[in-house]
Amino acid sequence: MATYTLTHVEKKPLSFSVPVLAAAGAFAGLFIGTAQGSGPIGFVGGAVMLALLGLVCLTALSNDKEKIARWLILLGMAAAGYAFGALPGLVVGALFGWFFGWFIYWIGEGRYRANLVPYLTPGQVLWHYSFRVICGMIFFFLITPIVVVMPLSFNAENFFTFTPEMLRFDPAGYSLKHYRDFFNSPDWQQALWNSVTIAPVATLLSVTFGTLAAIGLSSEHVPFKRAIMAILISPMIVPLIISAAGMYFFYSRLGLQGTYWGVVLAHAALGIPFVIITVTATLVGFDRSLTRAAANMGANPVTTFFRVQMPLILPGVISGGLFAFITSFDEVVVVLFVGSAGQKTLPWQMFIGLREQISPTILAVATILVSLSILLLATVEVLRRRSERLRGMSPG
Amino acid sequence: MRPFHTDKNKFDKNKDANGDTMSDVTDATTAKNAPTPDDALRISDSKASGPVLAADGTPLKKSLKRALRAQKLRALALIAPLLIFILITFIAPIGDMLFRSVENQIVSSTLQNTVVELEDWDPAGADIPGEPTFEALYWDLFLAAEAKEHTKLGTRLNYEETGVSSLFRGVGRGIDDFGEDQVEALEDFDPVWEDEMFWYTLMSGGDGAEQNSRHLSAARERLTTLTTDDFIGSAGFVPGAEISELLPRTISEYSTFALFTVFADEDVVAEEEPWEAVKVSLIQELTSGVDLAGYSGPGAAELRAAQDMLADQPAIDFKQAFLDDDEDWADSGLWETIKLYSPPFTTGYFLKAVDLQKTVGGVEAVPDGEKIYGTLFKRTLFMSMVIMGSCILLGYPIAWILANLPVRTANLLLILVLLPFWTSLLVRTSAWKVMLQQQGVINDILVWLGMIADDSRLVMINNQFGTIVAMTHILLPFMILPMYSVMQTIPQTYLRAAKSLGATNWTAFWRVYFPQSIPGIGAGSILVFILSIGYYITPEIVGGTTGTFISNRIAYHISSSLNWGLAAALGSILLAAVLILYWAYDKIVGIDNVKLG
Repeated sequence: MATYTLTHVEKKPLSFSVPVLAAAGAFAGLFIGTAQGSGPIGFVGGAVMLALLGLVCLTALSNDKEKIARWLILLGMAAAGYAFGALPGLVVGALFGWFFGWFIYWIGEGRYRANLVPYLTPGQVLWHYSFRVICGMIFFFLITPIVVVMPLSFNAENFFTFTPEMLRFDPAGYSLKHYRDFFNSPDWQQALWNSVTIAPVATLLSVTFGTLAAIGLSSEHVPFKRAIMAILISPMIVPLIISAAGMYFFYSRLGLQGTYWGVVLAHAALGIPFVIITVTATLVGFDRSLTRAAANMGANPVTTFFRVQMPLILPGVISGGLFAFITSFDEVVVVLFVGSAGQKTLPWQMFIGLREQISPTILAVATILVSLSILLLATVEVLRRRSERLRGMSPG
Repeated sequence: MRPFHTDKNKFDKNKDANGDTMSDVTDATTAKNAPTPDDALRISDSKASGPVLAADGTPLKKSLKRALRAQKLRALALIAPLLIFILITFIAPIGDMLFRSVENQIVSSTLQNTVVELEDWDPAGADIPGEPTFEALYWDLFLAAEAKEHTKLGTRLNYEETGVSSLFRGVGRGIDDFGEDQVEALEDFDPVWEDEMFWYTLMSGGDGAEQNSRHLSAARERLTTLTTDDFIGSAGFVPGAEISELLPRTISEYSTFALFTVFADEDVVAEEEPWEAVKVSLIQELTSGVDLAGYSGPGAAELRAAQDMLADQPAIDFKQAFLDDDEDWADSGLWETIKLYSPPFTTGYFLKAVDLQKTVGGVEAVPDGEKIYGTLFKRTLFMSMVIMGSCILLGYPIAWILANLPVRTANLLLILVLLPFWTSLLVRTSAWKVMLQQQGVINDILVWLGMIADDSRLVMINNQFGTIVAMTHILLPFMILPMYSVMQTIPQTYLRAAKSLGATNWTAFWRVYFPQSIPGIGAGSILVFILSIGYYITPEIVGGTTGTFISNRIAYHISSSLNWGLAAALGSILLAAVLILYWAYDKIVGIDNVKLG
């Protein structure tokens, strides 16, 4: 931002740093203490230990000796952790050591003020960092469940939880058993195959119809535009259980219930709002004079569409298609009602597994699906940037 | 990277235009474009001095109008395929569901005669209906049992009064024997009554006789109404005119038998012995004193002989036959139910969905112990509110920090929000099952930390807590993303300005920042609320019995109890609630302002 700083990073008096460090130590010590059997001892021990460490570091080992001091703390805590709890203890201890090594100097040297405006009161500084800790916890809440699933899928036992072997990092506690189950079980393979054959066809239908309609809707002179839009978006708004119920009743009248095409049509209908929304948004930035210019140079509407308009709105179309794909690929409720055993998709198979809690094969599938969604997320992000570049916006 | 982008400026504009929504739509698209034909139209309008001509000599106004119409048609032609597609695959099913929530034709189509007889019966009186009603019931149920439709009706009426299903199934087995004594007497008296060819000749009046197909088409209609199958085509049988005049009831039953034999059983009429109902109807007509004196067609002698013989036999007592089969037929509650549900459309399902019931005296509340839907609706609303509230609480700080961090950092953190958003719903639900169960990760950590004892692990799943936690996690991105896009448009300088004017941190936030972020909260809240009141999968897996929603009940009625009408009524109520919210969302945010990706 600027070449000068107005902040004052200065060494804090020990009368401030030591109590703060002692409090942090007491907090951490409480957890370790309860885990080892006695909370109060951990509480006092943690406070005393960190206060002493802080005192030594900030007086004798400051400035040029900081690096050495931090390594010492890390190694010391790792060793202590190993003594208490073998390999997992070592990891936890090392993490604690790394954190406290950094924390002692961060507090003691007053580095926590470095990126803040200088006029903040201590209370505001405290709030600033508490707020970040709160946000960190919410992010933790968002991401942990997804992360926890991954190591569990390598469980050697048929449990939904970490076994003692896994916590000891014993190789015997881990295996690819559940992945083998997934690839060898005809049920899961059939489900995978059904998902793979249903989703692309449904996506193709929604993208084709949706793109054409979005182009029509982007014209300025469409009568009843709002009503039409409301109808086209409704599959996204109406609760899935209602769509599923209605489709089940109606498709059985038509003889589509329990057939491949019934499921495909239902999924296409559910994916359409996503295509409409993304393509309409892309078309807002589309310069209509380009099509007029193409027409002026003698291109017929079809050529204009494929050579001029389509390349420009393609990123929007593809990301709409991805949304439609994931909607179909991830959909359970409608396929549960509209499909029959022959159309059992991957999410359906997972749903059965979860209800009857048969095996952690579900977790292996979940890990594979998370990888897939990371891939999709990256694709959509790349497309969005490309689209904004094409439309002359700076990617945000 | 803004899957649910809502434009705050657009919101303000909407508000200013005071609901003039169309102007807002055109504004957005035409503002920066070149002049449109519309503008030219207005310009040509404003010029008073003679019509301006286009290059080909037609008035400019006219040729512009033509161009405009062509444009409109082209746009509609592009939209039409999708609109038709959605109407067939989505709107029609919804309509079908609404129809099913009031439809109740099964009673009147199965008990065609009984329903007519019951019209004059007063349910408030002490007596159950008399002999004519039971006789009508016999004709109806005999045919229904042949066509195997009586169990469907039994199931339907069982929703209203328990025990009807087994009653109907029982009578379906026994109804062949009603009037057995008289039929056997007839057959013993002259074996010709067991001869299919004799019956065929008697009923068709012999070769070359005058024919009357009125009863045949009535029978065809009766069967079509009952089974919803087609009975169109030649039955190989047409009743004789003379016998039709003489024995209308018998002809009518025989015609029904004939059509059913040909189209449902795919046999030849003349080669099949008639149903007992046909013989019973003949006995009934003969004993009721029909005058055979003038009849000279085939079988005249046998008919007269039979009439003389039957005069000594006791009359068939249908009411007694039914009561012998099952004394529940004397239950006036059963007859009230049949009468109440005989109209082709009913409000019964909707009443049931709100814990009311139809009785003879009008609509009244069901007994306290049976009130389940009110509780479920209230629980669904309450839990959706709690989920929405916790999403606001957790989402607001995240949206704030994303909007106030440098773009590069914010984009990195946004991945943490988008990853759950893109991850399969079942993956997230199974993750919560792993986390929350009694042998799960959270309990393990708490036990390891010594905060709870190993034998008193917390119960966090299969109850409301589990549903709320898991659904808050699943729906949180839907709250964060609209909030974030609104907060991005609030200049950070406003807060600094407020503070430099002397506001405290809290005042600056509460009086300056918060009011500007309300559109984001509104958009996110409605979205989360709409999504959560219709949720099915997550409550089904982590909700147990106390954490389930109304949607789980709907699914139960569709797939387990098979009470589709009630499922449709519950669905219609839920749909109405969602549509009201959708409408509010459209008013507040504008549906075309929702952006993905």
